[in-house]
Amino acid sequence: MGLSKKDILDIESLSAEEIRLILETADSFKEVLGRDIKKVPTLRGKTVINLFFEASTRTRTSFEIAAKRLSADTINISASASSVQKGETLSDTVRNIEAMNSDVIIIRHPASGAPHFIAKRLKASVINAGDGSHEHPSQALLDMQTIKEKKGRIEGLKVAIIGDIAHSRVARSNIQGLTKMGAKVVLYGPKTLIPKGIDEIVGAHCNTPLQVAESMEEALSDADVIMMLRIQLERQGVSLIPSVREYSRFFGLNSKNISLAKGDAIIMHPGPMNRGVEISSEVADGSRSVILDQVNNGIAVRMALLYLLAGGHKDA
Amino acid sequence: MEKKGHILDTKGIHRALIRVAHEILEKNRGSEGLALVGIRTGGVFLAQRIAGIISEIEKSEVPVGIVDITLYRDDLTIGTNQPVIRGTEIPFKMDGEKIVIVDDVLYTGRTVRAAIDAVMEFGRPMMIQLAVLIDRGHRELPIRADYVGKNVSTSRRESVNVSLVEKDGVDEVTVTEIS
Repeated sequence: MGLSKKDILDIESLSAEEIRLILETADSFKEVLGRDIKKVPTLRGKTVINLFFEASTRTRTSFEIAAKRLSADTINISASASSVQKGETLSDTVRNIEAMNSDVIIIRHPASGAPHFIAKRLKASVINAGDGSHEHPSQALLDMQTIKEKKGRIEGLKVAIIGDIAHSRVARSNIQGLTKMGAKVVLYGPKTLIPKGIDEIVGAHCNTPLQVAESMEEALSDADVIMMLRIQLERQGVSLIPSVREYSRFFGLNSKNISLAKGDAIIMHPGPMNRGVEISSEVADGSRSVILDQVNNGIAVRMALLYLLAGGHKDA
Repeated sequence: MEKKGHILDTKGIHRALIRVAHEILEKNRGSEGLALVGIRTGGVFLAQRIAGIISEIEKSEVPVGIVDITLYRDDLTIGTNQPVIRGTEIPFKMDGEKIVIVDDVLYTGRTVRAAIDAVMEFGRPMMIQLAVLIDRGHRELPIRADYVGKNVSTSRRESVNVSLVEKDGVDEVTVTEIS
């Protein structure tokens, strides 16, 4: 059985079964990445385009390394140095890129839904590498891979997601994925940054309810996984938090309040971190932090996505 | 699919593997520097069985690795269904070793070609040999087996099925007509 999808646009449209397949495939690629020769010939002759309309180091580099490890040719296009500057529409840009025989287009765009828009217009596969404040599926998959690796399972774990939920596509993707996989997700953050009705975004498909905590204590107590989100200063239109110092005091993770969580709880952060704001340096660099494991797993997970989209033919 | 005939049963498979194990030891003058690599899925169990027989004869363990050739297939881009990857495990050093690749059926030779590529990624073995339970002919590449359990003449319209206790609950080799 393969993945019968042309695109990976969001976690919402993936089933628990498909998520499991992606994570298991990623396990195999982790083995490849542990070899002396970290390259396999699987996607020889395929072309993977990284089309980034927003800044990124981690995600773009990770996708590029993943494609290169699979022997695909990769090209990076950043919007600031492309014809987008001359007023070309998104639709025209991607159709021109497809006309150059590209097989997979990885897109990051500030507008929510942009990857869905182009996926409908292209025969090539599209992977969403983050669209506005909607979703960032590959990040959620690598987070789930890291949790599975460190905890041996996802089901039944308490995962606290803390911070700027409103602007976070990482939170949205993780909420979808983790509830599908049976984790108990608890959200916490300033009231202004928790969208009303967020607990309803996971519909009938989810196996576990989504909960919004009233305090840091409630969010952290007995947590198996603590996922801190970056306070997205660039997306704050009006002032939604009083000050960075106050945010840090009430919503930041530090060596004191971490003791509320389980003794073996792991600390995650999708990066880039604002050290001393949402997470203290002590915690970020501490023994329970798996932040760099997340980055490491990112390559294996993205290899799995590329293989499942571009390797072999689909059943249907 | 119509069953055309039984080629081997439990005893037949066991006898063939005992002979193959002896031939491996004879050709390599013992089990020193020897390692087996089974091709997923059938080849893995056969490699483990051969290793078991060798250790009984020689009173020393022979390492067994597993190779998943999916990532090295030459047909990923031309119309096959997408195979699920199950992972490669090579728990020993390849450099300077005598590697015996083990598979259930040798047919076109394309799987073995992919397995050789996969094995070479782990180092530089002194030599690579090939052991198969069934050689059914119809090679598409210049590849031959060093050790063969049984040669079976087949037509391309037939399929050779190797069932093993470890994965199918029964030991048997049958030939069926593909309808």
